Amino acid sequence: MKRILPPVILVLLALLPLLGLSSYWMHIFILVIMWAVIGMAWNLLGGYCGQVSFGHAAFFGVGAYTAGILYNKAGLSGWWGLPLSIVAVTASALVIGFICLRLRGPFFALGTLAMGVILRVTTENLRSLTEGDLGIMIRERTWTEKTWYFYIILSIAASTYFVVRKVIESKLGYYFVAIREDQDAAESLGINTTFYKNIALCLSAVITGIAGAFYTNYMGYIDPKVVFALHDISIVTIMVVMVGGVATFWGPAVGAVIMVLLAELIRSIPKLGAAHHTLFGILLIVIIIFLPNGIVGDLPKLRKIFRLGRTS
Amino acid sequence: MTSSQIEVLLQTLISGLLLGGLYALIGIGMTLIMGVMKIINLAHGELMMVGMYVAFVLFSSFHVDPYLSVFVAVPVLFILGVLLQKFLINPVLKVEAIIPENQVILTVGIGMVLANVATIIFTSDYKSTPVEYATKAWYLSDIWKETPIELSLSMPWSVSFLLAIIITVLLWFFLTKTDMGKSIRATAQDKDAALLMGVNVERLRVFTFGLGSALVGAAGCLLLPIYYLYPDLGGQFTLIAFVITILGGLGSTVGAIIGGIILGIFESLTSTYVGMGWAPVGRFVIFVAALIFFPGGIVAILKRKRFGK
Amino acid sequence: MKPLLEVNGVSRFFGGLAAVTGVSFSVKKGEILGLIGPNGAGKTTLFNVVNGFYPPSRGEVLFKGKRISGLKPHQICRLGVARTFQVVKPLQRMSVLDNVIASAFVRANSRARADEIAIEALRFTGLYDDRDVISKGLPLGKRKRLEIARALATQPEMILFDESCAGLNPTELGHSIEIIRKIKERGLTIMVIEHHMKVIMSISDRIVVLNYGEKIAEGTPAEITANPLVIEAYLGASQGA
Repeated sequence: MKRILPPVILVLLALLPLLGLSSYWMHIFILVIMWAVIGMAWNLLGGYCGQVSFGHAAFFGVGAYTAGILYNKAGLSGWWGLPLSIVAVTASALVIGFICLRLRGPFFALGTLAMGVILRVTTENLRSLTEGDLGIMIRERTWTEKTWYFYIILSIAASTYFVVRKVIESKLGYYFVAIREDQDAAESLGINTTFYKNIALCLSAVITGIAGAFYTNYMGYIDPKVVFALHDISIVTIMVVMVGGVATFWGPAVGAVIMVLLAELIRSIPKLGAAHHTLFGILLIVIIIFLPNGIVGDLPKLRKIFRLGRTS
Repeated sequence: MTSSQIEVLLQTLISGLLLGGLYALIGIGMTLIMGVMKIINLAHGELMMVGMYVAFVLFSSFHVDPYLSVFVAVPVLFILGVLLQKFLINPVLKVEAIIPENQVILTVGIGMVLANVATIIFTSDYKSTPVEYATKAWYLSDIWKETPIELSLSMPWSVSFLLAIIITVLLWFFLTKTDMGKSIRATAQDKDAALLMGVNVERLRVFTFGLGSALVGAAGCLLLPIYYLYPDLGGQFTLIAFVITILGGLGSTVGAIIGGIILGIFESLTSTYVGMGWAPVGRFVIFVAALIFFPGGIVAILKRKRFGK
Repeated sequence: MKPLLEVNGVSRFFGGLAAVTGVSFSVKKGEILGLIGPNGAGKTTLFNVVNGFYPPSRGEVLFKGKRISGLKPHQICRLGVARTFQVVKPLQRMSVLDNVIASAFVRANSRARADEIAIEALRFTGLYDDRDVISKGLPLGKRKRLEIARALATQPEMILFDESCAGLNPTELGHSIEIIRKIKERGLTIMVIEHHMKVIMSISDRIVVLNYGEKIAEGTPAEITANPLVIEAYLGASQGA
């Protein structure tokens, strides 16, 4: 049962565009899948390896700007950003890793947060390369329909799921979890913690960067405030995983569905729109206090609560 | 160097020093909380923002001078901090979770709510506080007629700087002379030992969070006559406080003061000589340099000097 | 024959304080060397230096004639020196088996091989029946054995035991002593820190005594029990306390 679930879900999703959904719903699905990809990427580093990053917008932004700059300066198609962002993001992940991975626990979190801000401010100021605050506009859209965008992000998500699964079940996965549980013990058991933390960071960053490059092509416009956003990218990434389930395969997908739908719901109610950060913040606080391992991670706990509710 | 270049340099250093004094006060609140509780408060800047709005409301409705609002903002923020620690952070510290940084993420949530509530109440417009002394300044030529270079000292900046020093000195007396202050310092150095000595760590945590919030609230009042006020300003000050804490060394008040001043001067130099927009980058260059070259911060360097090892 | 491990004039300072000063000794292949001394004598610090957590401030550590001081713990582990921790550090949310598999990967090239090594180590330490327990839930005695199983799974030539018997009840104590003896029979070299005098005297071939970070005696258990300096160190310590 468990083995066939992923392919079944993949096929069902692949059939989705045939239903003739409205462009709005296709947009929602694309966003959900994109966030699931970013969530899975973050989970690899934060959930499994225990290195909580508050700066994943840095990688998302570098990916997005790789695509944007290739289009704007080199005259290439923005889609070249997908493969080429791997190079750019790996490079930035290695630099960020060199600086931040010597920090432990919460200090790593804050270090990455600072890195995200540094990259945003740098992008804002390097006008000759990035157009600064003006942002980069992709003038010719590849498709007007959303179907192909949907299939592209779906295949990125499927490959990400496959990669994460393979990594976690291999030696790497054991090492990541060992590092999360106790770095000193891991080190004394022959695990080169610095090296494997860097691997986790690079893998996580590259996947996030590809999502960023996709975003540029899909949305057609990026600026530093959007793609390097602390709250709307870095924190939402953490929320996707926290809400869904830390260190679970399906948590990020569940979290992405909830977060995207919630954001849309809040936005569609006129008076609530302004308060969407408050509601997100409260949701985050409630989840951390009551379901610290997320919906998928605390499933047994949830079941117990519901069963209690029924018997009483 | 021509005299005008010297003038620019000195003026930059002066404004950097004044800025650094305020930064120090912001950083001390964070370093206290980090040192005692080993928790990181990412809502620190947002708490300052709350303090600023308290002073702003007092000014616009009752014409209370922002400097006097310190006496209101400090208790308000103290209570807010106590409530946050007691009802949100303490419970989370007890919950077992895969990610130990849950507490950090929690404070992010708190910060989001505070900033957003402020936006709802006050809109996201930039507010300034038109105190009549806002543009007053003292000039070097007033006291020394034939000075070859002209330097100015902005009045609100200097007053804020002086008040920041006074608050810091008061804090220092509190930490070194009172029992409560001594137990805070003991807990910061060794929690287990403090527990053995009969310190009620739980109560101390709540109190320290209140104290840290009150300090940053006071800093907010001092900043109000100088800065624009808007709901999202908290984030950057959280980062500033964090950079100062890393630069100074965790839990060290002296480190935070030196760190704050270094940061203020460095930022001032960056905006004069590289460009206004780059000041935040300068801030993080210092941060990265501190992480790589001085792990442990200024305090660690001072200690090494003292022990000669 | 050249000794397996040589500690040459090792000192380690923290701030201005010396935790270990000028300690030298060597461990021969196949022997059990006991390391004893009053609390705060620098035993665990010495382990941390040998194991690579701290570089020595002065002096050097040689393993099989090669300098290992300055290397990282994971490199030293790869060369064949494993250790356990005084304060046990199990990978809390992993099962007992997964804990041991994670350390078996140091030498195993495949998951199957890692499983094999891990299961062997669990059988050896008598934890096989507990393999699916999440290690956080193990009682102390078994957690101490899990530490030993993990160290064994890295297939070392030498193991450093840091108080693997502390806090155990007599039955558990018996288990642990037997395991340490069995490890010696396999030809592994052992260095052990232990407070339990009876245990250390009965299992050690030779003993090194530290006091205030300095080596004050070295010899067979019989020589050590007769050494006036050692008696003074222990009596002095207990009188002072």
